[in-house]
Amino acid sequence: MTELRIILLVFLLVCAIAVSFSKNLLISVVIYMAFSLIMAIIWLILESPDLAITEAAVGAGVTSILFFVTLKKIRSIKTTAEEDIDE
Amino acid sequence: MSKKNPNYQNSFADKFTRWVKGDYDPIEGQMEMNAPDKEVFGDERIRYVHLHIVKSNNYSERMFEEGLAKNVRRFTGLYKIFGVIVSVFIACLLLWTVSFLPKFGDPNAPENNEVATRYIEQGLSETGAVNIVTGMILDYRAFDTFGESCVLFVASCCVLILLRVDKDEDPESRAIEDMNDRHYEPRNDTILQKVADFLVPLMIIFGIYVVLNGHISPGGGFSGGAIIGSGLILYLTAYGFEKTQRFMNEKVVKALTVGALTFYCFAKSYSFYTGANHLHSIITPGTPGNILSAGLIVYLNICVGIVVACTMYSFYTLFRKGGI
Amino acid sequence: MGSFATNYEEIVAVLLFVIGMSNLVFQPNLLKKIIGLDIMDAAVYLFLAAKGYIEGRTAPIVVDGILDASHYINPVPAGLVLTGIVVSVSVSALMMALTVCLYREYHTLNIDEIMMKLRKEED
Repeated sequence: MTELRIILLVFLLVCAIAVSFSKNLLISVVIYMAFSLIMAIIWLILESPDLAITEAAVGAGVTSILFFVTLKKIRSIKTTAEEDIDE
Repeated sequence: MSKKNPNYQNSFADKFTRWVKGDYDPIEGQMEMNAPDKEVFGDERIRYVHLHIVKSNNYSERMFEEGLAKNVRRFTGLYKIFGVIVSVFIACLLLWTVSFLPKFGDPNAPENNEVATRYIEQGLSETGAVNIVTGMILDYRAFDTFGESCVLFVASCCVLILLRVDKDEDPESRAIEDMNDRHYEPRNDTILQKVADFLVPLMIIFGIYVVLNGHISPGGGFSGGAIIGSGLILYLTAYGFEKTQRFMNEKVVKALTVGALTFYCFAKSYSFYTGANHLHSIITPGTPGNILSAGLIVYLNICVGIVVACTMYSFYTLFRKGGI
Repeated sequence: MGSFATNYEEIVAVLLFVIGMSNLVFQPNLLKKIIGLDIMDAAVYLFLAAKGYIEGRTAPIVVDGILDASHYINPVPAGLVLTGIVVSVSVSALMMALTVCLYREYHTLNIDEIMMKLRKEED
């Protein structure tokens, strides 16, 4: 069990560092999603199933969806602005 | 540049004085004037004024940025150095603190004190909830959870204020938002619709199950509400706003959220009032393990679930088109 | 220094906290700053939940009517973290809404460029 704990924690650290060094915003959001999922498994190992189910639904689900929608919104604002400039 | 200068009329000081008095514009004025050299603008104030006038001028903008860039570069360097120092300092301090903490999983650690013992030993008989965490957050600390539901409500109101696109005032921007909404995804995607047909009922039923079983198994209002909200979001992504607006529009969301919060407030006030005054209460813990047990916890869980689901759904719709 | 050999969760929580904080300090991109704040949140929750864990005990859900405190882990940190996770979502949603507003105004996500444009507007 200790080995699994260490592997998951190391993965958590790798994900957190990879978020800051990835160039693409979409990739950072996906890595953050993986981070949340690993977090959910760690809650399960720490005997907190309430937290695991909440983290899986809220952290990995809703937060990532909100990030994606924000990215989409920003991109659509950008295209509208570019079209305005073209006109 | 004294007044004894015979060419005072053409000197810069005179032009500047006249410009201050409002006689003419030094750049587009009647008199011809060469593009100013850098030496002429030795005076910091004059340079500033000049830059201020000819904002559209590329040359001055570049000068402005050059002047600023030096400061910015210096500031960025200092900022990075201080940031690294502070980060390393905080890391070392916290790691030093960790080395004094009790061992991981130690049953005699100071945080495993009489509070946790009392919650575990008396929790089931006092609240009737098999899941002690749910019994704790919805019975002993119920007003804390009420405040948290209000935080969610206030957050969705703030997002509404920030991202709202008014239908009546500006129909054009509304149309632009609608057009942009589907800019990056296909309308009526068949694969997505088939998957949503299969998954959305399962997700919503699972969410309702998690909410209703919050007191006898892991879960509760927060996680169940988030699952129901994700189901609604998937349905919305697959079928578009026309279908979801039939049952989830602004009025419904407002009524559900405010109704759930009001019911929560009154139910818990009644419970605390009767509980704290040793009055006769109609709320009984019931048989532990049944769905309809644990007094008010089931109903409070449903309220929290409704608030969370509505909040998640309204976050998504507000981000997508600026209205619920 | 005896705790370093066993407290992996706490050490990782501290490191995650510092990583999130340096994200917040050094990243010019606003969305990455929000992710950094979320990582800091997760670090604090990990620390709290790790302090509540007790070796060899089960989750605080009463099974078979056993009401002995020496059979379950500490439920208090779990309750605290449960409320925290949901509040952190609303905080990040609010920050994302502010980011969208800023992007609509200045057409960039870089905080330095936004500050430059702001300063030019002020002058």
